[in-house]
Amino acid sequence: MLSVIRTLWHIFLHAFHPRVTVQYPDEKPYLAPRYRGRIILSRDPDGGERCVACYLCAVACPVDCISLQATEDETGRRYPEFFRINFSRCIFCGYCEEACPTYAIQLTPDFEICEYNRQNLVYEKEDLLISGPGKYPDYSFWRVAGVEIGGKGKGESEREDPPADLRSLMP
Amino acid sequence: MRETIIHIVTVLVVLFVVLNIAAGLIWVERRLLALWQDRYGPNRVGPFGLLQVAADTIKLFFKEDWVPPFADKWVFILAPGIVMLTVLMSFTVLTFAPGIAIADLNIGLLFVLAMSSLGVYSVVLGGWASDNKYALLGGLRAAAQMLSYEVFMGLSLMGVVLMAGSFSMSAIVEAQRKMWFVVPQFLGFVLFLIAGVAETRRLPFDIPEAESELVAGFHSEYSGMKFGMFFVGEYVGVVLISALISILFFGGWLGPVLPPIVWFLIKMFFFIGFFILLRAALPRPRFDQLMDWGWKLMLPLALANLLVTGAIVLAVR
Ligand code: SF4
Ligand code: SF4
Repeated sequence: MLSVIRTLWHIFLHAFHPRVTVQYPDEKPYLAPRYRGRIILSRDPDGGERCVACYLCAVACPVDCISLQATEDETGRRYPEFFRINFSRCIFCGYCEEACPTYAIQLTPDFEICEYNRQNLVYEKEDLLISGPGKYPDYSFWRVAGVEIGGKGKGESEREDPPADLRSLMP
Repeated sequence: MRETIIHIVTVLVVLFVVLNIAAGLIWVERRLLALWQDRYGPNRVGPFGLLQVAADTIKLFFKEDWVPPFADKWVFILAPGIVMLTVLMSFTVLTFAPGIAIADLNIGLLFVLAMSSLGVYSVVLGGWASDNKYALLGGLRAAAQMLSYEVFMGLSLMGVVLMAGSFSMSAIVEAQRKMWFVVPQFLGFVLFLIAGVAETRRLPFDIPEAESELVAGFHSEYSGMKFGMFFVGEYVGVVLISALISILFFGGWLGPVLPPIVWFLIKMFFFIGFFILLRAALPRPRFDQLMDWGWKLMLPLALANLLVTGAIVLAVR
């Protein structure tokens, strides 16, 4: 009985506590830089698309809301022909970002993507691509990957030795 | 002729005021709950969110008014009406201020108790007519709850009746000129408060509704304005019990300086606020616990209170 009265009193005192509500549209809350919101596709420091269309994000996605089609340009560099994210299904888990080997797909601290028409929540590659490198400014997958693409031959990657000439090997 | 017109006007005014207070309580409750939970509550629609009530009502009107095909149709439709009817009927015998009453019956208090016993039929019938497991459980619990509080509810008030020597509301208030009955009848007040919370099926005794266990209990299947009737019926019930407490134990309209009706409203709103504080603070017991307390603790206490009061009243006379 006493504990009930004590509870009532303590709850009553909460009337004089500060409010925890953030009055959202008037007052924006601080979101951490790694907040998981709207997804973007980033670019290399030199402006090329980072995504190599490896499908890993589409495989990792628990709700299957990423769909893409791989293709290659004439120099052998892979890129997605289309890249589509259905944000009406995305649960913003961030698994795609975890899975991506090239830091291409990234989540951003923007959550204001409401639409009146559900169809408008399907974002195409043009909507997703941004002009900068996102959270990883200096990283470029093609500069460290040991594959040969246009403008970069074998052994020209960073931290890579030129290929050894087997026939010229002298003891 | 003039008498009749005055009566009709009083009826309409009381109906208007009571229903508006009940509707306004939706806003008051949400704001107060928010206040005690460190939030703001509805504050967007209109000044201080006051128009939230209008928005909610409009929304309710546009909801589909659905009767499930498996339900017992007529009982299902009738049930929400009963709760409104019985609670509103109880208001006819309340005396709000000298001369402001619809019918100051000499058995006023008995009438209120009778109406409140009828009111629970609405919940039980609504639950059983829905033909839904959760609603049925809610209805069963309502019946069990009624069995446990109804007994000591009446008895807890008999002390007041003994001291005032009348069942009439105005006589009871007049008998408190010297001292509010809450002082000599403190036990009766506490018992009636508990029974009153159970009667209105408000937290912590919203056992028939129990959102966290039974979806929405007896009104799981209700939608649209039928649900609204249960909802408003509950708030009118809160107003009724608060009005009763202030009339029976806190001297109704008696008070210095301010006009009587203002005193009455102040006291009533104090208890309405207290009801909401109860909701904000206390968890819900199991219904067998409520029955346990009702029969093994509250009923003996109410009987003892009645006996002692009776003895003292006899001795003093
Ligand atoms: S955040 Fe999760 S749900 Fe959304 S696209 Fe990435 S993997 Fe799929
Ligand atoms: S965004 Fe990343 S994981 Fe997805 S296909 Fe492109 S490179 Fe692969």
